[in-house]
Amino acid sequence: SFFPPKLFKRQTLCDMIPLVHSVSVDLNNDASLVIDIPDALCERDKVKFTVHTKTTLSSFQKPEYSVQRQHEDFIWLHDTIVETEEYAGLIIPPAPPKPDFEGPREKMHKLGEGESSMTKEEYAKMKQELEAEYLAVFKKTVQVHEVFLQRLSSHPMFRKDRNFQIFLEYDQDLTVRRKNAKEMFGGFFKNMVKSADEVLISGVKEVDEFFEQEKNFLLDYSSKIKDATAKAEKMTRSHKNVADDYNHISGALNNIAADNNTAFKKHLEKCAEVFEKLRKVEDRMASDQELKLTELLRYYTRDIQAAKDLLYRRARALADYENSNKALDKARLKGKDVAQAEENQKQCLQKFDKLSESGKKELTSFKARRVVAFRKNLIEMTELEIKHAKNSVSLLQGSIEVLKSN
Amino acid sequence: MAEDREPPPLPGVPEPQDAEDLFVSAMEDAERSLSPEDISSSSNGPKAEPMLLDHDPDDLFAEATEEVSLDSPERQMILSDGPSPAITPVTINPRADVFDRSPDQDEDDEENRDTFDIQISVSDPEKVGDGMNAYMVYKVTTKTSLSIFIRDEVCVKRRFSDFLGLHSKLASKYIHMGYIVPPAPEKSIVGMTKVKVGKEDLSSVEFVEKRRSALERYLLRTVKQPALLKDPDVLQFLESSEVPSHVSYGDVILSNTYCFILKHARCYYHHLDEVFVCSCIKWFEEKQQQFENLDVQLRKLHASVESLVFHRKELSVNTASFAKSAAMLGNSEDHTALSRALSQLAEVEEKIDQLHQDQACADFYLISELLGDYVRLITAVKGVFDQRMKTWAKCQDAQVMLQRKREAEAKLQHANKPDKLQQAKDEIREWEGKVQQGERDFEQISKNIRREVGRFEKDRVKDFRVVIIKYLESLVHTQQQLIKYWEAFLPEAKAIA
Repeated sequence: SFFPPKLFKRQTLCDMIPLVHSVSVDLNNDASLVIDIPDALCERDKVKFTVHTKTTLSSFQKPEYSVQRQHEDFIWLHDTIVETEEYAGLIIPPAPPKPDFEGPREKMHKLGEGESSMTKEEYAKMKQELEAEYLAVFKKTVQVHEVFLQRLSSHPMFRKDRNFQIFLEYDQDLTVRRKNAKEMFGGFFKNMVKSADEVLISGVKEVDEFFEQEKNFLLDYSSKIKDATAKAEKMTRSHKNVADDYNHISGALNNIAADNNTAFKKHLEKCAEVFEKLRKVEDRMASDQELKLTELLRYYTRDIQAAKDLLYRRARALADYENSNKALDKARLKGKDVAQAEENQKQCLQKFDKLSESGKKELTSFKARRVVAFRKNLIEMTELEIKHAKNSVSLLQGSIEVLKSN
Repeated sequence: MAEDREPPPLPGVPEPQDAEDLFVSAMEDAERSLSPEDISSSSNGPKAEPMLLDHDPDDLFAEATEEVSLDSPERQMILSDGPSPAITPVTINPRADVFDRSPDQDEDDEENRDTFDIQISVSDPEKVGDGMNAYMVYKVTTKTSLSIFIRDEVCVKRRFSDFLGLHSKLASKYIHMGYIVPPAPEKSIVGMTKVKVGKEDLSSVEFVEKRRSALERYLLRTVKQPALLKDPDVLQFLESSEVPSHVSYGDVILSNTYCFILKHARCYYHHLDEVFVCSCIKWFEEKQQQFENLDVQLRKLHASVESLVFHRKELSVNTASFAKSAAMLGNSEDHTALSRALSQLAEVEEKIDQLHQDQACADFYLISELLGDYVRLITAVKGVFDQRMKTWAKCQDAQVMLQRKREAEAKLQHANKPDKLQQAKDEIREWEGKVQQGERDFEQISKNIRREVGRFEKDRVKDFRVVIIKYLESLVHTQQQLIKYWEAFLPEAKAIA
């Protein structure tokens, strides 16, 4: 097999490309509950994350834990939280997406097919590219799983969640537990048709100015950010292709150099070297842009959806309240079951008010969080682009000097 | 070795059986003529050593002035070695004309091209006419201080088919002598139709620019060839205000007399080392192999560069698309400072998109088109090697013919038909002349090729060095612009509060 099970240490990942989980800032600031993913085991396309917890909270049995978790365990945790009535008024941190090794897998396939027709050098180069891509996917997935946990740990309500604690503490495989949970909940929220969201949200007559504005903003913003994410992905993809081409050019130049002699050979080899170095810089530029820009947009597309889900739940509560009002009027008219109807109406109102109050707080802090994250990432991306471009310039100018002097 | 191999029968030559008889008797003749007295090695002039060539292209150039002769000792050694070859060798006689310093010697001296002073530009494409009869006319400007030109500066108007016509004339005149004639730019039905039909879109504009650039490179490369620079057709093309005729002179070389020249001469002479061809077989063999390899490698490099051009264009398009999307996101964003920063980001990305477009142009015109030219040039070089083989074939076939005529004459000696005998003697003289001519041609073409290849290799090294530096400088420029744009954006990002 191409890729034997590999243990990726966080440090390794950090050295290669700065792994900054800055999509959501101010996480892990509270020392009472600190979570990170120090390493992950990669077996083909199954990833086993090591979740490391350090806590001073009394609700935990030990001050430190280290457990192995799979992607499905994260999804289970997310789903149980979504389905908890208590959290209806909160923006629930979006579930991390499944690790997507499609890109590297495709490349690996191409590599296997073309092996016989390639030279040894070409093969080595393609393998190098493949490993880099594999690592990039890996890095992103670790980052996104880590952020999910940190969002939970830094939220006053989620950090106290019982299932969250189990997730962090339980030293066995969660698979069995997961299966049971699925049977219990039935995942009824998830089964609802999501497209109904938009209609419901926009159809509701909004009395609250704040929510009216938020609704309009979120509906528009969510389609725009989805589009921006897709375009950023395409842009990054093209950038990587250019880097790959530099790689092939370098290889082709080396091939020609092999057949040549003395002075010209050295010249060609030097040129091949320049392109190889250019490839590295271009690759870093593309990767950093992806991490800072594309990943940022991706994350907030999901987060915006989570905010919309909150609006949806509130809209539903409003609809329930309005229905309960109608039912009460009907009951009063009929003179039957009035007390029951009154009780129902009261509860609906309570729920609605709770969601509105909590929702307002959540949406306000969401905006603040978003602005801070964008600022941090845009600054970091710009600084990195400048750094890489400067490296390029000095690399190129140095090479031009050498080539001219030959 | 030679005895293992039977050459395939020549088409137009009598049936296999007869051919075998022919060769058998030829062998007998060869043995007879191989007496040591006939091999006068001492008359072979200055050349005493077979050419041992090292493979430095620069040194090779210096060796191009040395004589290579059909009568070199190398060949003679093979002749006297064991059983005779299957093909009749020419009776070895010293011939003074072989050692004539040819007029081409002047050209060798002209290689000191320090005074090479000519600038050519192709510009101002203009559409003439309408519809499917329309064509583009280009202005060809020549600036020079060389005396072979009438004026210092001259402008003429030429269309694409004029360039093709020029190439075809040059090809017919020079390829068979072993000169590397730069190939003309390629025709393109699709591209040209769009232009004719009047589509003013981006792809037509790009097509015309691509063609203009290719035509310019073609002319520059042609005049760099000292022999071609002096050619009257080239001079007329550059200077004459009359439009040159479009007649293609076609294949005048392969005249009817040699009509039995094999179309497949190449495979005939496949086993080069088994045939006692002289003229430094080893050099030609190795060079031919080198060019085969280079052909493959250059095509690969060219393909990689074409891929780079394509992806960079794609990057440009995707960057523009992202810029628009970022602008819309900025409009939608309700936080004022972030909204402004996103709009600024969109503007930066738009500028970067333009940068990528410009860089893609540089990728294309500096490197990709040049590599394409060289791939075609290598094909021309390989063609010239093939010509040499064809010339050798001609030579061999003439020898065969001569032998047959001699046999015919020998038979007629005893037949008592004086008219026919005279005719046979005349024919023998005729064919002796042809054999001599063939040998001269072969030597000449071999000599030319050696010089041409040396020049070609020197030029390509020079070309490459110049171009790669230009290209790297274009990359530097792009990166510097990137730095400028991002540094302007940084305070905007920091201003988000």
